[in-house]
Amino acid sequence: MQVTVKLFATFREGRFRTAVRELPAGSTVGDLVAALGLPPAKLGVLLVNGRHVELDQELREGDTCAIFPKVGGG
Amino acid sequence: MADELSGFLRSAALGGLVDWQSYETAAQLFGVSWPEIERAVLAAGLFPRRYAAQRRLLGQEGQQRLLAARVTVVGCGGLGGWVVEILARAGVGRLRLIDPDTFDESNLNRQLGATIADLGRPKVEVLAARVAAVNPVVQVTPLAATFREDAGDSLLAGSTLVIDGLDTVAARLELGRCCRRLALPLVHGAVEGWYGQAAVQAPGAALLAAIYPQPAAPAPPAESRPDSLAAVVANVASLQAALALQAILAPEDPFPPGWLMLDLREPELERIVPAAG
Repeated sequence: MQVTVKLFATFREGRFRTAVRELPAGSTVGDLVAALGLPPAKLGVLLVNGRHVELDQELREGDTCAIFPKVGGG
Repeated sequence: MADELSGFLRSAALGGLVDWQSYETAAQLFGVSWPEIERAVLAAGLFPRRYAAQRRLLGQEGQQRLLAARVTVVGCGGLGGWVVEILARAGVGRLRLIDPDTFDESNLNRQLGATIADLGRPKVEVLAARVAAVNPVVQVTPLAATFREDAGDSLLAGSTLVIDGLDTVAARLELGRCCRRLALPLVHGAVEGWYGQAAVQAPGAALLAAIYPQPAAPAPPAESRPDSLAAVVANVASLQAALALQAILAPEDPFPPGWLMLDLREPELERIVPAAG
């Protein structure tokens, strides 16, 4: 299945802003995070089609998944 | 005497603008404070010459609202220092500054108050002196203290709104909870590398808990703190200051939902508004 992935802030570095990714059916947001090599300790907001979700959220064909790091400096 | 002060200010005004020299004369003649003079200037339908460039933008009423506002800035390092500068120049009447730290050499690349001469001095005292030099009408209360949730009620009491100038997720979550409990608007900002974010947590809302949903990790040691540049910090602080000014000037308008993500490598500014529920 195909999923649109949007990354933000430091997660863009060495990756991309927006990309369409091919994932095995039944993949979760956590699987996507692992496939992208995003450090779990840095994970912030996760949105699927604009709604807040957890890592165990299952993805479906055509979903848009936005992944934000925790931005915490000041 | 109010009439006499008013009459003096009217006679001193040029094109409706009252200059600083006239404030000094008024203070000597009538023994009144800077904020009292500024209130009299605005009440008389005049405008301080210091604010001539924002006269049409804010008008008498907007400038009076800023003068009456009490803003508490929690954290006066990178973000907080620039926010204080912008709000003081705009004419916010009262600023309460909260930060336990002194200026360190490693602050010089991005923190507005940091100078070689002031290394080792408390940040809140240096910023208070700077505000006094820029806009003496602003009443500054510097508190060299760490923000703690259990002391939040007294630290934030009486605020019109609160600025998040903190530098850890854990402290931000505490501040977010405290502002929620006290039903105070909180203007959030955070930076890392070329990126930043800003938002307003409306009174009673839990936006910070939504932005930082994972359990807060312990604060990293200073040497592993996020990379930070003045070019990015000043941008995010400007967003926070603009959001704060809008909130003071038009409190009847709803706060903008969601949050703003800034990417200065692209560059782009994107508003993120999650669906409800």
